[in-house]
Amino acid sequence: MREAQRPIAASAQTGDAVVEVSGLRYSVGRREIFAGLDLVARRGRITAIMGPSGTGKTTLLRLITGQVAPSAGRVQVWGENVATLGQRGLFALRRRIGMLFQNGALLTDLDVFENIAFPVREHTNLTEPLIRQLVLTKLHAVGLRGAARMMPAELSGGMGRRVALARAVVMDPELLIYDEPFVGLDPISMGVIVRLIRQMNRVLGITSIVVSHDVHELAAIADESYLLSEGRCVASGSPEELRVSDSEIVRQFLDGIADGPVPFHFPAPGYREQLFGVNGARRSSR
Amino acid sequence: MNRAVARDGMVTGMLRRIGAVGVFFGALLAQCVPALARPRLIVHQIYNAGARSLIIVMMCGVFVGMVLGLQGFDLLQRFGSEDALGVAAALSLLKELGPVVTALLFAGRAGTSLTSEIGLMRATDQLTAMQMMAVDPMQRIIAPRFLGGVIAMPLLVAIFNVVGLFGAQLVGVQLMSVDPGAFWSQMQGAVELNDVQEGFIKSLVFGTACSLVAVYEGYHSEPTAAGVGLATTRTVVTSSVLTLLLDYILTAAFL
Repeated sequence: MREAQRPIAASAQTGDAVVEVSGLRYSVGRREIFAGLDLVARRGRITAIMGPSGTGKTTLLRLITGQVAPSAGRVQVWGENVATLGQRGLFALRRRIGMLFQNGALLTDLDVFENIAFPVREHTNLTEPLIRQLVLTKLHAVGLRGAARMMPAELSGGMGRRVALARAVVMDPELLIYDEPFVGLDPISMGVIVRLIRQMNRVLGITSIVVSHDVHELAAIADESYLLSEGRCVASGSPEELRVSDSEIVRQFLDGIADGPVPFHFPAPGYREQLFGVNGARRSSR
Repeated sequence: MNRAVARDGMVTGMLRRIGAVGVFFGALLAQCVPALARPRLIVHQIYNAGARSLIIVMMCGVFVGMVLGLQGFDLLQRFGSEDALGVAAALSLLKELGPVVTALLFAGRAGTSLTSEIGLMRATDQLTAMQMMAVDPMQRIIAPRFLGGVIAMPLLVAIFNVVGLFGAQLVGVQLMSVDPGAFWSQMQGAVELNDVQEGFIKSLVFGTACSLVAVYEGYHSEPTAAGVGLATTRTVVTSSVLTLLLDYILTAAFL
């Protein structure tokens, strides 16, 4: 396993890198989200990005897809520096990327069929029978052909996530990004999503980046994992390498230990001081 | 000193906001041209903003017309000119009350609906999802809604005016026994095309202003329940004040 703070020799060893993040810094106001992050997602592999809540996993996806620009460092997708692309360049790049949002982000005024047909109608001149076939094929792949005319509000969380997945792959993307795909799902739905992610990767050869903190589900599908904490990658390697790691932070995260390198308490003044005042004397109740 | 600093901050904030709306308006206009190539989206939005506001606009039109009939009759009979009630009602409705009251109703009904719809789309990542699908939400979502509002407003004003005249006639002719021949013929003789034009231009300007405010507030709302609520409130307040301000400017320009 590659240990914390050790820079990943990205460009040197990865001619097949699809996403390459190097020296990434990003701040919101005075809060630094990333302080020199390096990672690589390689072609045809499933790369898992894990970390405690609030470490900026979703922000990293926003940086990779050019929704926000880094303060310093570089995010390259297929060798293109995302931050330097204009809207036309970004849209050209995004047509090769599919994204599954945490909440599905289905268009609420369109039914399931139209949601999946949406990118096809926007970017192609396919005839209606062809669009119908394409959409039904994708719906069949996620097991929801029978829900084609349901509205998003009528779907369960797991069904919504599967429809969103069908929409994300309808344009046959080369890179598929999953933002917390397992959140709020029951075990059956979670198993279905895990199976679909693996299928998309193995059958279609799609490069995948999965952001999540569901350790066990990720271990089942990821080829390579990165563990983020405090704005950096603190560990990386295959799920097996992470599993046998004796790094304190890796152990805390994988074993779900409440306190450790990631403290249980959010930074605060001393407990005694806050409860009873500076000198330990109880404050008057005025 | 502190008050002066706060005042400067407020002025700067307001100027910044006006600038931001101006930039947004420019970007929106640029997207309106490609949006026109998809008339079905615009027709759907005319239905949403216009047809769905019809009941409230017609109800208010009748009541405003009836009040005009009552007040106008009361005033005119003091001078023995109650036969001019038709002219008074028609000019009031065509030049002022029609466009202004419809714009205020539009801001409350269609404007708030536009803002909350777009705001919720932002809060639920639908706009981001579109951008990730390489679809520009300004062209696909914002421009059709804006154009729908701009086109719907003059149509709503025309309907408000017709229904308002019916209300005035109902009170003046049926209730207060004004001569129907005098009511309609004097109106026909006194109302000119310029008066109709003035009302039409006002309705277009108000439609543009109210729709712009509604889509701007929705697009820039905070992606939270409170943020969408606040944006909706701002839409009503800003649209109403802007309508009355623009009405004064346009009235002065037409005189």
